[in-house]
Amino acid sequence: MTVVQASTGNLEATARQARREIVKAVAHAKAGHLGGPLSATDILTALYFRVLNIRPEEPDWPDRDRFVLSKGHSSIALYAVLALRGYFPVAELSTFDAIDSRLQGHPDMNSLAGLDMSSGSLGLGFSAAIGMALGARLAHRSFTTFVMLGDGECNEGIVWEGAHVAQRHALDHLVAIVDKNQLQQFNWRGEGPHGRRAPYTDSELRDRWSAFGWAVSEVDGHDIEAVVEALEAARNVVGQPAVVIAHTVKGKGVSFMENDFRWHSKVPTDEELATALAELAEPTVQRSGA
Amino acid sequence: MALPAGKALRVVFGETLTEVAKTDPRVVVLDGDVASSTGAELFETEHPDRFLQMGIAEQNMLGVAAGLATVGFIPVISTFACFAVGRAFDSIRVLIAQPGLNVKIAGGYVGLLTASTGKTHQIFNDVAIMRSLANVSILAPADEVEAEQAIRAMVAIDGPFYMQVAREPSPVLFGPDYRFEFGRAVKLRVGSDVTLVSTGVETTRVFEAAEALAGRGIEATLLHVPTIKPLDEDALAEAAAVSGFVVVVEEQSILGGLGGAVAEALSDRQPVVVKRLGIPDIYGESGPNDLVLDKYRLSASKVAEDVEALLASRRQLLHGSNGGHVALT
Repeated sequence: MTVVQASTGNLEATARQARREIVKAVAHAKAGHLGGPLSATDILTALYFRVLNIRPEEPDWPDRDRFVLSKGHSSIALYAVLALRGYFPVAELSTFDAIDSRLQGHPDMNSLAGLDMSSGSLGLGFSAAIGMALGARLAHRSFTTFVMLGDGECNEGIVWEGAHVAQRHALDHLVAIVDKNQLQQFNWRGEGPHGRRAPYTDSELRDRWSAFGWAVSEVDGHDIEAVVEALEAARNVVGQPAVVIAHTVKGKGVSFMENDFRWHSKVPTDEELATALAELAEPTVQRSGA
Repeated sequence: MALPAGKALRVVFGETLTEVAKTDPRVVVLDGDVASSTGAELFETEHPDRFLQMGIAEQNMLGVAAGLATVGFIPVISTFACFAVGRAFDSIRVLIAQPGLNVKIAGGYVGLLTASTGKTHQIFNDVAIMRSLANVSILAPADEVEAEQAIRAMVAIDGPFYMQVAREPSPVLFGPDYRFEFGRAVKLRVGSDVTLVSTGVETTRVFEAAEALAGRGIEATLLHVPTIKPLDEDALAEAAAVSGFVVVVEEQSILGGLGGAVAEALSDRQPVVVKRLGIPDIYGESGPNDLVLDKYRLSASKVAEDVEALLASRRQLLHGSNGGHVALT
């Protein structure tokens, strides 16, 4: 199947549609996370519609690029993007978190084709991605492994075990993406929105990855074209693993969810859902073809 | 009768994997910086490109193994049992056991004999912990003959495995004709006074204990369980029925290990009295091997003493001083 290269305008519309599906699915399931999925949506859209070399009709294609959502609690964002990309029917998103659903609360590689790894216990997916990258080298395959972590997830010690090992093995076909939305579930008391401070300041996260020997770049995680560019550049880094720190907004796209840690895993009321969907609707000016 | 001296299973581990990898390009070894202890050193010499040093970072190592398995490799983990199971449990649970990925975890330095390192390195509940994980098969070979075949079987059979690999030289129990069968227990002797059930290198000691007991007029059935999971319940029920009195002996905690597995299975299949000899609900200590084994009553002579004592107290219960009969089974 030939992959149609969507324009940036289309990708923005795709991301908006993904966000609508995310909010609807969580409201329908009356469970799940919102803040993290909404901060990751533009990056996932960039990955699945532009960056990843994949075949949705052949999800186990051996030479496909790999993607691991290490911040597995953002599963609904991944499901929404996979559905829009053609991995399964969009209507199935309404089964998110339901009993017997393929769309488990956290990604389950055994239940849904297209998931390269199960995840949910933070930090673990990152290690698995390192294994995939090592495997690519050993098997003389040319695929790249992408893995997305949250900035809160970087609290986990296993992340830094893995960062060291990936650098030691010079895994330059491994790209980590940190969805740096600056909020965790309950957070550290301090200065910031709602009396909460970010897990890491800008320089802290950058300096840590850099000190571990990774090629670090930074990008606005909601500028899809810039994200595509950053990921392609990271893929082409030679001799060391690369990390793209994506500056994002938790709850992005829904005004009352943005930067509010309380929307980490809160279910919207019917009224809140209506407001959110209105905010995420296609701009009528653009649609009239200006 | 003492058994002839044999190799340490860690040596067999290194040798066998190195051999298997010559014909199976999927086999890779991940080492947690202990290859010179676990026996994996030889693999690095022979297959340097497939020996992946993961440093002193076990949680990540087990996760990397899962990723390698998804690309078609058969990763074998070289570390100590205490670190694989204790330190990296969540990586095993979420990334290996739940998806059922083809990772082989060799737990080195199992049981009491951990080179005088003491309680930090002695994990007595690795079997209990790993047994609680769905999808994981557990092997505990007794000697060099069985270990070689068990390692080959572990590589050949798809799915997650945990294998106990003892550090110290183990006497040779099996002859050249022995054939390890995954999932099958092995009856090493038959007697109607007591049914002994054991696993791993402890079986070599229990075998010597059973021989000593025979010299004292006590005839034991001895069932060796090299595959702890899935458990050979048929063989177990049959062996239990011979005497109606089962004593499980293992170099593990008496809580949840083989003793637990046997008690669970027999309560369903063949309810009989099950006694458990092993390490009580305490932590270990360092010391010379023979003294440690004696103190924790897992040497052949102490096992023989304890089995004899258990039989004596059972006899007393069954035929008390008043001549009455108490039905225990």
